[in-house]
Amino acid sequence: MTKVTDMTNAISSAVDDGDSVYLGGFTHLIPFAAGHEMIRQEYEDLHLIRATPDLIFDQMVAAGCASSVTFSWAGNPGVGSLRAFRRAVEDGVPNEISIDEYSHFGLVSRLFAGARDMPFVPLRSLVGSSLPEHNENIRTVQNPFDPDEEVCVVPPLTPDVSIVRAQRASPEGDAHIWGISGDVVDAAFAADTVVLAVEEIVDTETLRSDPNRTEIPGTVVDYVVEEPYGSHPSYTQGYYGRDNTAYLDWNEVSETHESTQEWLDEWVYGVENRREYVEKLGVERLLDLEPTHDYAEPIDMGRYA
Amino acid sequence: MSNREYTDTELMITRAALELQNDDTVLVGVGVPNLACNLAKRTHAPDLQMVYESGTVDSNPDALPLSIGDPVLATGARSIVPMYEGFSRYLQGGRIDVGFLGGAQIDKQGNINSTVIGDYDDPKVRLPGSGGACEISSNAHRTLIIAPHQKRRFPEEVDFITSPGYVDGREGRDELGLRGGPEAVITDKAVMEFDENGEMYVETLHPGVTREEVQEATGWEIQFADDVTPTPTPDEDEIRLIREELDPDGIYTGGGD
Repeated sequence: MTKVTDMTNAISSAVDDGDSVYLGGFTHLIPFAAGHEMIRQEYEDLHLIRATPDLIFDQMVAAGCASSVTFSWAGNPGVGSLRAFRRAVEDGVPNEISIDEYSHFGLVSRLFAGARDMPFVPLRSLVGSSLPEHNENIRTVQNPFDPDEEVCVVPPLTPDVSIVRAQRASPEGDAHIWGISGDVVDAAFAADTVVLAVEEIVDTETLRSDPNRTEIPGTVVDYVVEEPYGSHPSYTQGYYGRDNTAYLDWNEVSETHESTQEWLDEWVYGVENRREYVEKLGVERLLDLEPTHDYAEPIDMGRYA
Repeated sequence: MSNREYTDTELMITRAALELQNDDTVLVGVGVPNLACNLAKRTHAPDLQMVYESGTVDSNPDALPLSIGDPVLATGARSIVPMYEGFSRYLQGGRIDVGFLGGAQIDKQGNINSTVIGDYDDPKVRLPGSGGACEISSNAHRTLIIAPHQKRRFPEEVDFITSPGYVDGREGRDELGLRGGPEAVITDKAVMEFDENGEMYVETLHPGVTREEVQEATGWEIQFADDVTPTPTPDEDEIRLIREELDPDGIYTGGGD
C-alpha cells in the first residue's frame, strides 16, 4: 500500500507539539527539509534528539520549536560552535531549553535498546567520565555473571517520531541506503511513527532486486516523501555533496539571534517548500555539489524458480 | 616564523606520524590527526587503516575531508558500518589500536575536557561535548593527544572529565575496566608521556624550546625525563609531502605558525 504524501502533510500528521522527535543522519542524510517544515508549521515544546544537533537543530532552536535537546556532540562540524543552541543553553534565548547529554556510544546504545525493546544496554564506556554525575539515565549495575564487575548501562530511547532520509524507496516505504548510515536505521526502528524522505521513489521491483541494501523496511515506515535535495546542506551519497560553504557561512549567519531570524525569514518562512528552496539555491550551486559517477559492480542474486 | 624550515603544525604532524606503525588501525579525526595518518601511510606505514567515527573503515580519501562524515571517506572504503557497530564491534571490541584526541583542557593524568569550562549547570563556556571522545579514550589500545601548549589548556585538574585518562592513576583506570590509556601528548612545545603512576612528564622538547617555557605553559609543576632530548624534526621529504600532496591548499597547515 502506498504511503506517499508530501512533506507538509507528513509532518502535520506525524508530529504534535510536545513530542519527542529524532532526526537521523550522521553528517550524511540529515533531514533538513523536514526540520524546515516543522519551523514553518510553528511547532513548540518539542523534545529534539540527535547525536549531532548540527545546523538543523540550531535553526529549530532559534525558531523556538524546542524545549529540550538530547545529544552527544553539539557543534558545527569542522567550524566551531552551534551559536543558537548556545544562546538557548547559556542565556535562554529565544526560550530556555534543557539538555540531556551522552557520548555518541551512549546515545546510539539507547537507540539500539529502543529498537529492540531491551530493558537497558551495557557498555564499556562513560565510567571514569563526569557524564554519569550529570545524567541519571547513565547508571552502573553489578555484572550478574561477575559480582566484582560494575557495568555501565543506559535505558532504551523510543522517540514519538523519527524522521529519516534515504537515497530511494518504494511507495510502501522500503528504503535503500548506501554510504554512511550512522544512526538512521535504529532511529527508524525505535520510534512510534516514522517519516521517511528520499531522493527518489522507485518501483517495488527495483527495491526487491537488492534486498541486502534495504536497511529500512516499509513495515516500520508511516509516511514516504519524495523530496530531491532534501538533505542540503548535508548530502546524499551518490546524489550531491556536502555544501561545506553553507556550514562555514552559518558561523556568521548565526552570530546573533536577529541575524539568525533574518536567515530563517529568507530561507525557511520565505519559501513554501523544499522545491522553492532548491530553486532559490540555484542551478550553479547544485552543479558545484554534483559528484562524478562511481558505480558499484552489480551482484547476481540468482533466480531459483 | 623563525628561520627554520617547518611550522609548529608540521612538526606536530610528523611527530604524531612517528607514533603510528604499519598495520595499525587508527580512529582518525579531521585536521592534524588525518594528516599524520596520511603522512604515515605515504612513508613508513603503508598498510595503516583509517577508521572514522562515522563508521567508514579503511578510508582512502581522494580529497581532504572537512568532516568525519564526508562522502570522500565513504567512496572506496573497505567497509561502512552503522554507528552502533563502529563503536561496539570496532572500538569496544578492541579492534582500534590508536585513537587521536584533542580538547579544551588536558590535566596531569591525561584526563580530557571537551564539555564545559566552569560549572556544568552554569558554564562559562559550553563546548561541543564528547561525541565519540569518551569511548575512544576508554577503548582504544593507545591514545595520542594533540593540542597547543597553553596554561589555560593544561590545568592541574580538568573542570569536567569527558575522556578519562589515568583517572586515579594507572590502577584506577584498570579498576574501571578501561582499555589502554593516553600514551603521548604532542604539543607545539614538547612531547609528554606518562610515568608509572599515570602522571604526565616531558620526554622531548621541540628545538629552541626551553624547560621554563614548557613549565610556564603548564598549570602544575611538570616533571621532566632524566634525559630530555630534542624532538625529531621533519625532513625535507615529509615537508614536501605535506605541502604539495596532503594539504596543498594549506587548509590545516597554512598561515605559518
